[in-house]
Amino acid sequence: MQMGAFSKLITDVLTLVFQKFCDALTMSPTQWDFPVELCCRPMAFVTLTGLDVVYNAVHRAVWDAFCANRRADRVPISFKVLPGDHEYPKCRPKRTSYEWYIPKGILKTGWMNKHLNLVPALVVVFYELDWDEPQWKEKQSECATRVEIVRLENAFYEHAQTYYYTEIRRVKSHKEFLNKTTHQLLFVRHQFKIAFFSELKQDTQNALKNYRTAYNLVHELRAHETNILEIKTMAGFINYKICRLCFQHNTPLDAIAQFRKHVDLCKKKIGSAELSFEHAAWMSKQFQAFGDLFDEAIKLGLTAIQTQNPGFYYQQAAYYAQERKQLAKALCHHEPSVTYPSPDPLETQTGVLDFYGQRSWRQGILSFDLSDPEKEKAGILAVQLKERSVVHSEIIITLLSNAVAQFKKYKCPRMKSHLMVQMGEEYYYAKDYTKALKLLDYVMCDYRSEGWWTLLTSILTTALKCSYLMAQLKDYITYSLELLGRASTLKDDQKSRIEKNLINVLMNESPDPEPDCDILAVKTAQKLWADRISLAGSNVFTIGVQDFVPFVQCKAKFHAPSFHVDVPVQFDIYLKADCPHPIRFSKLCVSFNNQEYNQFCVIEEASKASEVLENLTQGKMCLVPGKTRKFLFKFVAKTEDVGKKIEITSVDLVLGNEAGRCVVLSWQGGGGDAASAQEALQASRSFKRRPKLAAGEVHWDSVVGQASTMIISRVPNISVHLRHDPPALTNEMYCLLVTVESHEKTPIRDVKLTAGLKPGQDANLTQKTHVTLHGTELCDESYPALLTDIPVGDLHPGEQLEKMLYIRCGTVGSRMFLVYVSYLINTTIEEKEIICKCHKDETVTIETIFPFDVAVKFVSTKFEHLERVYADIPFLLMTDVLSASPWALTVISSELRLAPSMMPVDQLESQLDKVVLQTGESASECFCLRCPSTGNVEGGVATGHYIISWKRTSAMENIPAISTVITLPHVIVENIPLHVNADLPSFGRVRESLPVKYHLQNKTDLVQDVEVSVEPSDAFMFSGLKQIRLRILPGTEQEMLYNFYPLMAGYQQLPSLNINLLRFPNFTNQLLRRFIPTSIFVKRLAHPDLIRADVSSIF
Amino acid sequence: MAVCVAVIAKENYPLYIRSVPTESELKFHYMVHTSLDVVDEKISAMGKALVDQRELYLGLLYPTEDYKVSVFPNQLCRYGYVTNSKVKFVMVVDSSNTALRDNEIRSMFRKLHNSYTDVMCNPFYNPGDRIQSRAFDSMVTSMMVQVC
Repeated sequence: MQMGAFSKLITDVLTLVFQKFCDALTMSPTQWDFPVELCCRPMAFVTLTGLDVVYNAVHRAVWDAFCANRRADRVPISFKVLPGDHEYPKCRPKRTSYEWYIPKGILKTGWMNKHLNLVPALVVVFYELDWDEPQWKEKQSECATRVEIVRLENAFYEHAQTYYYTEIRRVKSHKEFLNKTTHQLLFVRHQFKIAFFSELKQDTQNALKNYRTAYNLVHELRAHETNILEIKTMAGFINYKICRLCFQHNTPLDAIAQFRKHVDLCKKKIGSAELSFEHAAWMSKQFQAFGDLFDEAIKLGLTAIQTQNPGFYYQQAAYYAQERKQLAKALCHHEPSVTYPSPDPLETQTGVLDFYGQRSWRQGILSFDLSDPEKEKAGILAVQLKERSVVHSEIIITLLSNAVAQFKKYKCPRMKSHLMVQMGEEYYYAKDYTKALKLLDYVMCDYRSEGWWTLLTSILTTALKCSYLMAQLKDYITYSLELLGRASTLKDDQKSRIEKNLINVLMNESPDPEPDCDILAVKTAQKLWADRISLAGSNVFTIGVQDFVPFVQCKAKFHAPSFHVDVPVQFDIYLKADCPHPIRFSKLCVSFNNQEYNQFCVIEEASKASEVLENLTQGKMCLVPGKTRKFLFKFVAKTEDVGKKIEITSVDLVLGNEAGRCVVLSWQGGGGDAASAQEALQASRSFKRRPKLAAGEVHWDSVVGQASTMIISRVPNISVHLRHDPPALTNEMYCLLVTVESHEKTPIRDVKLTAGLKPGQDANLTQKTHVTLHGTELCDESYPALLTDIPVGDLHPGEQLEKMLYIRCGTVGSRMFLVYVSYLINTTIEEKEIICKCHKDETVTIETIFPFDVAVKFVSTKFEHLERVYADIPFLLMTDVLSASPWALTVISSELRLAPSMMPVDQLESQLDKVVLQTGESASECFCLRCPSTGNVEGGVATGHYIISWKRTSAMENIPAISTVITLPHVIVENIPLHVNADLPSFGRVRESLPVKYHLQNKTDLVQDVEVSVEPSDAFMFSGLKQIRLRILPGTEQEMLYNFYPLMAGYQQLPSLNINLLRFPNFTNQLLRRFIPTSIFVKRLAHPDLIRADVSSIF
Repeated sequence: MAVCVAVIAKENYPLYIRSVPTESELKFHYMVHTSLDVVDEKISAMGKALVDQRELYLGLLYPTEDYKVSVFPNQLCRYGYVTNSKVKFVMVVDSSNTALRDNEIRSMFRKLHNSYTDVMCNPFYNPGDRIQSRAFDSMVTSMMVQVC
């Protein structure tokens, strides 16, 4: 059912319930209703006299002050204005002895009203004192009156209480005169009166106590068929009072206990069997009244629970009302010739009864013997005939709807549904079929969704009757479909009957009446059905089956979860009928999300209406009960649908014929109804072995639906090969050769290539990867990471083509590359030419590495490792380039680009031009540099960049060289106060003079005091200053000349020069040794062979 | 005596319902079905405590219905029981002649549970299917005649 319709229905039903409730409120009181004076809250009765409320405004104000807007905190008094000369009921002479008094009944019908409304507890007499005062006085008195009223009221109240107290005393005083044999009725009466006066006195505790005593006394009365109604009536009244007071005292459990006791005591007191419906009516009233009391208490703050709420009492009241109806039906079934007795035995002289619960035709007769059996008969007949005019269904429905409202409130959805079913059935009995259907249809889905098939079948059966009686075609068909289905628990003969009716309806004929229907209603229905036939011609009923369980089941199954576009899409529709007899259908069609396919999936047979009945079990369009039928469908997918999902949106099965009546069973999606999901689950869990079937037959449970499929592109018949030399080197133009070869049997055209970085990887890769088809120029940032749809022409069968791609990777790491080749080809399926787009893709992961490991170090001119360099003193920068590539690399040239702070000492020519480096080989270069004094720079001084220009040795001529820039490390520059360098020949010769000149340069702005000494050495004699102290001016240098004379050959230690700076004690000889040579090679006397040997030992 | 015995699946559909043949089967179906309101409420109210204490007996579901007029003239009590796998047992007991003690009801449910477990242990029984077992039937029959 659609959501909109659903909520509408709920509204309807609720309106219905509400309407019933209102009806109940406005219904005129019946014999069984409690009198108003019993149900009201008794309040002290005070009359005001001497007030002219109509003409005198002041009097009116006084009256209003007493009566208007009485709030709960004011004392409970019921006021009445009476004229001063009003005649009150006369006080009858009180008897002094009860000896000869025999009471005629328990309680007089007028008694309660007398004390509530006629006999005041207090009469207040107002006198207007004429003081002849100006008007403001009047106003003043009026104000004063208002203030005084509350106080007056309390005074009235006290008076009234005193009055009722004396009344109680008076009634109690009678007790001693009573005897148990003749005055049993009086015990009850007096007890009741005491309780009632206590209530008037607002003494509810004592009232309750006395009512309880009265209740026990009433059950002690001797009961007989003649007085049982009176006893029950009084017991009911007293019980009502007790329960009411218990709820008022907030002791609901006491109220419930009392009520249960009451019901237990009274339920067997049926009384006259001929009037047993009266007992049911009385019981119903008891429950209803208790339900009302309970509900009222809840409204005042009591909390009820799921298992104890007023709903149960209304429900029981409804059950008794149902019983009353049944009893009345059985007992009041008189012949039409029986007439209402005359004179009317139910008439009394005064129009009312004297005592509650007595029979009007024998009031006040206490004897258990029936003195006048004829009169009794007439009385019973009168009551029975009266009962016939009672609309029982209305009472039942009202009570049920009260119960529904309660159970809804106390979370009993199933109880609610159950009661609504009963309401529906009651409407059915009351012949209000529209309302019956509305209710039944509303609750049906609850039973269906929970799988209570027995209950669903019962409800459907009633619903089918309703729809038959109203000749509601669509409903009739819908309910029949489900009653024939597998959820129905009907016997086969019933199903058979329904199926026959359904076929009749489809053939535009009238169905047979449903069993147990009202004869008159059937007659009306037959006319309606006949009228429907004349309207035939446009009777197509589409019924969505997903919300119920029809007698035909359907499953759709695509043969595969996906189909290539060049093969036909195939699927099966499985159908199975659960009805007792084979049934023909006229059409089976399938709808898709792409409606263009619908036309290809229709099975239709031009069958005549008369053939529907024929038992053509082998016919194509016939469903045999219990057998699974399979229908194969086939269509060619559209090429536009490649990559899309094709879904079955509905399967429609048409029963009947358009000439007669047509029913379209419409399954949404790939079949399935309200019960099939659970069944499929059970079937999937089952281990049961299924019996063998004949070839070509299938088990229904073994069919698993598949309502959608994907259309995928045709399988490509080409090969794509990639040739390349991994890894890629940073920034090189990496060459990737793509070879495409066609294995198709026909030419392919519009071959397109998409190649480059596979999308969906790290976004940074896209910035650092560039692809081009042209290797002769370096690509820059403007080149894309992926080249798309490069047209490469057509290919004939067996032909192949090659395409070169160049990829430049700016960062190291691995990347995935995609090569995607698409093409068009013409093919034929099912004699239909289509153009297929095929594609094949290859992905490859390529690692990118840095081509070189470059090491840089700083050394002194003596090739000693330097932590730091000294300002203005030359040092060497050494680079070491190690090839990391597995392929040979050619270094085209190298370049040292110095930072401004560095100065070259000589020319910076590349020493690596055209050097080829194999894997693992390295090439080194050395540059002599000088760094002018810079002061103290944090982190050292920038050196510059080293740029290597290279390419793969294997690369073609026209491939451009790649420049790799290496940033050189920073170096710390330190100032020294004195620099010493020595001029000396590269070698000495034994016993030949060796002149050595030391240059001492003052690098400071100060005059330096220098102590110079030369220590003697065994290997040399020397001349020159052995020890001297001298001064060197800022920025100048001093020369020291020595003449060494070697004594021994070989690598010899020079006489060491020691310098001590007085101003710079940190300047040590250690530092000095870095700048000046400490040893020299001394050759022997000249001999050519020896000289050669010496030279080799130096290098 | 038990006048109706029902086994209800976790999803609240009936797995088994048997009632005395003298009365309308439909009325008992409704009776069992409406009992589920209270069973559901009791299970959700007990929640975790139920699982922890392994208390499966739910007790009297509705107050004694002694005024079922046309339906059943006797005193009927509905009792509930829930297994760990949320399968429910509902039993309608006629206590108009003999009031059964809670212990007796408990032991009846235990018997029912044992028999149900046997059904479940049958490798040919597919859990969730309606129960069709002769052993289970005869056990239920014994409970229906037992006390009366």
